[in-house]
Amino acid sequence: MDKNRKVHQFKNPVLNWIEFRLPIISYFKKEYGDYPMPKNCNYFWSFGALATITLVTMIVSGIFLAMNYTPHTDMAFDSVERIMRDVNYGWLMRYIHSNGAAFFFIIVYIHIVRAMYFGSYKYPRELNWILGVFIFLLMMATSFLGYTLPWGQMSYWGATVITNLFSAIPFIGEGLKTWLLGDYNVGNATLNRFFALHYVLPFVIFGVVGLHVAAVHVHGSNNPDGIDIKTNNDSVNFFPYMLIKDTVAMCAFGVAISAVIFFGPNLMAEVDNYIPADPLVTPAHIVPNWYLAPFYAILRAVPDKLGGVLLMFGAIVILFVLPWLDRSKVRSCNYRPIYKWFMMGFFVNFFALGYVGMLPAEGLYLLIARVGLLYYFGFFFIITPFVGWIEKPSKLPLSISDVYSKNIAPNIGGGEKGIPSPAMQKDTNL
Amino acid sequence: MAKKPKNKRRDFLQLSTVTLGAVGTAAFIWPFLKSMSPAEDTLAAGSTEVDISAIEEGQSITIKWRGKPVFIKKRTKDEINAAKMVQASDLRDPQDDADRVQKEEWLVLVGVCTHLGCVPLGQKVSDMKGEYDGWYCPCHGSHYDTSGRIRKGPAPKNLDVPPYTFLNDNTIKIG
Repeated sequence: MDKNRKVHQFKNPVLNWIEFRLPIISYFKKEYGDYPMPKNCNYFWSFGALATITLVTMIVSGIFLAMNYTPHTDMAFDSVERIMRDVNYGWLMRYIHSNGAAFFFIIVYIHIVRAMYFGSYKYPRELNWILGVFIFLLMMATSFLGYTLPWGQMSYWGATVITNLFSAIPFIGEGLKTWLLGDYNVGNATLNRFFALHYVLPFVIFGVVGLHVAAVHVHGSNNPDGIDIKTNNDSVNFFPYMLIKDTVAMCAFGVAISAVIFFGPNLMAEVDNYIPADPLVTPAHIVPNWYLAPFYAILRAVPDKLGGVLLMFGAIVILFVLPWLDRSKVRSCNYRPIYKWFMMGFFVNFFALGYVGMLPAEGLYLLIARVGLLYYFGFFFIITPFVGWIEKPSKLPLSISDVYSKNIAPNIGGGEKGIPSPAMQKDTNL
Repeated sequence: MAKKPKNKRRDFLQLSTVTLGAVGTAAFIWPFLKSMSPAEDTLAAGSTEVDISAIEEGQSITIKWRGKPVFIKKRTKDEINAAKMVQASDLRDPQDDADRVQKEEWLVLVGVCTHLGCVPLGQKVSDMKGEYDGWYCPCHGSHYDTSGRIRKGPAPKNLDVPPYTFLNDNTIKIG
């Protein structure tokens, strides 16, 4: 090993003792103390921290729920009702957990919107984006598994519908479905394994989040203007500036989620899930959790079983390649006069898909879902590559500090189509 | 150029080590994967005998077989005729009505929509029966006819017919 390693010196001897043996103190100081954040970051940049806090809250409340939950088809529903009525503060744990899941998705959706609008997925943060999409996939899987556990009608039929998606795969579909369920239909074997997986996946998410954060710290955070930090004037230290800012965001978030937990804990719940699971009766309208509804709308918009399933999974998989579909070197949509509107259209469209995904797939709703489906894939396959090619971006500021001095270079950079300012050019290896 | 014998020996060792390691890993993983398949007691789920003497013409009952709903319907003359009138070649999953029943007034079906596994409506008089007067799946709008064949909507196949035998005129054994 390296005998000449320079050991960081702290005032506290205990810290020095640890640092000499495991340089974890200097790591935290570097990554969460002196870490430079672009000084123009707005509150959109607090959602990563909020998501981490929510993940921890979900894991903690989940562990305490598991202490009183029974994963058996005969007892699962009753054990959840017991948590609600008899276990001390059980109702609080459960409402934190169920509403926390919904808020987790709200936060992560805003986090994704931030990354898309301000071009955080572009060079050199592509791997970061890929890890993020991977986390999103794991979150969807985990929330689906968790939704099965209370063993109400929506739990049972949601699990039935989603696992039947796999039966659409030619040749191996039925066998794969049976293997996943451990039975020919959703039953006790299914509930048991769903519980086991629901318990372990959040820790997998936690691990990937670690990589996600480590990756963003390599090149630093993006910012609303999408240009790189040039000098110390462009950034502030994470501690105390961003920590305090994130704390303010966390307080606001705490107020919002508390309002729902204490005053409307079932606002986002489905009434049918308070009816015990009955394998012989399907509820009139099976609806997914609202945060999965846009993808459910895509599934139902296609009048073919396999086609619907492929497009639904395709809608998520397509996100992985977004960094390579977007040819524009300008990150922030603030400087992309045409793409900006298509991007906002994409967000509105996603919301509309989610809305019709919660309604019966017929008439006007089905038409909206089909138009939404076309725009969703059109945005990635046609609009994104094409606009990047024809669009003339507006002038980028020379540096982050210049954003505040309004000193935007008249002709250097940004004027010609596709050519970013020198501020970007230097770091993006054009 | 021929390799030196020494390198060949090293290559062989490397290849055989990797191969053996891969086979060993696969052999180790297999029991874990296989443990997720249906267990022996699940597979052994038996057959069910049903008394059908009380079912009136036009009436339908739902029983549970291997955890799934099974529809047993005594069809009316009109329903049988409607099912027979259809040309099998016009259907998405072509099948004659005669191939789906043993006695034409008795229709036995697994009541699970072949789309995504919901239980179709149509068992009760008050239920929606869909455009072909058979069954209608409320989840994603599949319509089945009086022979349980898919006629409209996203489902790819007809409702399954489970294995069954008539023990006598009043009893059916399913499974």
